[in-house]
Amino acid sequence: MKIGKFTVHKQHLAPWLFLALPLAMYAVWVIVPILQSMVFSLTDRDSILYGRQYIGLGNFIRLISDPTFHLALKNNLFWMIAFVLLPIPIGLAIAMFFNQDFPGAKLFKTAFFIPMTLSYAVIGTIWAWIYHPDFGALNSLFRSLGLDNLAMQWLGDRRYMTGALIVVGIWRQVPYVMILYVAGLKNVPVELVEASMIDGAGWWQRFVRVILPMLRPATVVAVTISIIDSLRAFDIVYVMTNTKARAAEVLASYMYSSSFQYQDYGYGSAIAVVQFAITLGFILVYVHNTMKKETEL
Amino acid sequence: MSTQARIQQPRFMKNRRTQKRVFRVVFYLGGTLLVAFWLIPVVIAFFTAAKSMDEIMSSPLMWTPPESWTWENFTQAWRDAGMSQYMLNSFIVTIPSVVGTLLISSLGAYALAFYRFRLNKAVLILFVSGMLIPFQMLMIPVFRFSDTLGLINTYGGVSLFHVAFQLGFCVYFLRNFMRTLPYSLIEATRMDGAGEFTIYLRIIMPLALPSLAALAVLEFTWIWNDLLWSIVLLHSDKVKTITQGLANMQGEFITSYNMIAAGSILAALPPLVVFLIFQRFFISGLTVGAEKG
Repeated sequence: MKIGKFTVHKQHLAPWLFLALPLAMYAVWVIVPILQSMVFSLTDRDSILYGRQYIGLGNFIRLISDPTFHLALKNNLFWMIAFVLLPIPIGLAIAMFFNQDFPGAKLFKTAFFIPMTLSYAVIGTIWAWIYHPDFGALNSLFRSLGLDNLAMQWLGDRRYMTGALIVVGIWRQVPYVMILYVAGLKNVPVELVEASMIDGAGWWQRFVRVILPMLRPATVVAVTISIIDSLRAFDIVYVMTNTKARAAEVLASYMYSSSFQYQDYGYGSAIAVVQFAITLGFILVYVHNTMKKETEL
Repeated sequence: MSTQARIQQPRFMKNRRTQKRVFRVVFYLGGTLLVAFWLIPVVIAFFTAAKSMDEIMSSPLMWTPPESWTWENFTQAWRDAGMSQYMLNSFIVTIPSVVGTLLISSLGAYALAFYRFRLNKAVLILFVSGMLIPFQMLMIPVFRFSDTLGLINTYGGVSLFHVAFQLGFCVYFLRNFMRTLPYSLIEATRMDGAGEFTIYLRIIMPLALPSLAALAVLEFTWIWNDLLWSIVLLHSDKVKTITQGLANMQGEFITSYNMIAAGSILAALPPLVVFLIFQRFFISGLTVGAEKG
């Protein structure tokens, strides 16, 4: 009995012994900082250096009338809309196309995934060169086609800047969405598709009535992850505009420049809190969706 | 009926066969065009890296292959622009981070996969939601305490952050894999008198090797490609990672496009090679959470 009791007792403790190190590290670098940022958002600009000076919601009130903040919000909204409307259907279409049994089909898919392995530092470098007003591939293409008036200062004109950056983001997001759909398509039973063919369904009907509903779980993940990614966009903006060009600012880059270039840490924290608050809703959707799939422990 | 069937069947078969052939042509043609279109930026970078500046200036058609292939841009980027040091720094940051992430997350994953305790689900949710947090929410506090502890400009400071932050995804990923292992295995070993840590180390970890490999590939790519935390935590040129080095290079060698292109190819090579060798693992790792439903 004693031994039995001891075992039971030990097992009550055991999971926590295993979790001690991971939870401690997670707390120090992730959880406590989140709470600290919330506290910092209520303090004035010099708090980091000279101890805390609470100014209540002062930073948030400042945000309300800050045109750069409005611009960042608007740009983030563009990013979000574009990331839902474009990579999802494009990624799905390409996944459907490559989801066929031909020798070499895997090779095509693999080649398509390459942009996913590149860092934004690399991607930004390549695309900045493509967008170059004089030597860039894009403008050269337009000029060689005789469409000279389409050649623009893509990264120099505030009207096109955000759009040009979003294109780069989409270029890298599509392969990711495609991976999610390729995995999802593996779960569509072949018999079901064949049955619908025998029933005389055309390819469009088959796609809309049979395949699309079966891909619902993949779509939910692809949409929530794309939205969360769009709200986290930073590296592309940083590398391609060097945060000097205000017109392309998003919440993440504005937070960075406020804090680390203008040393306004309280204000930067307030921007981070807004970004976090917007993202949180989508994180909860993702977590809820993920946990729903969990079988009871 | 019989004559009609006899005439129609072969024709039907023949149609099927030509149809298949057409599909095949469409697939290969379409597939090649699609991949070529999507990889144009990569091809442009490669061509630019192999051109001389004279050629770049005289012919702005970036998608054409170089008239004469020159490789000195690579050696220049490697030596003169300091890519060799940045590359070394990236390895020094990335490898311990990946190893640490795997070891520490597997402990947590084991606890969440095999023990029933009241907060099990809550802890899991904590890890899963943390992996999606915007980095900006962590930046100032992590910068501040790293500064206080003297971790700025140290490889360890960045590695520790990566390990801690990646725990969210890795714990979730490994826990899901471990849950597919039969619980009876643990019970049997426990009956034999093995301690809990022995079960983790001797039974579960060897069985988890394939999923640890998948995770290692993904984590290598992500940590290698990180830019933000290098910027925040590494300021001195001696310790900068290759992503930072590349961003620097763009400022410093602003008109040497061929050298910058060569530099970006060098920076992209390690994760690309890892991906091409272990792509099966890479892809299975990314679909965690999307497959079941």
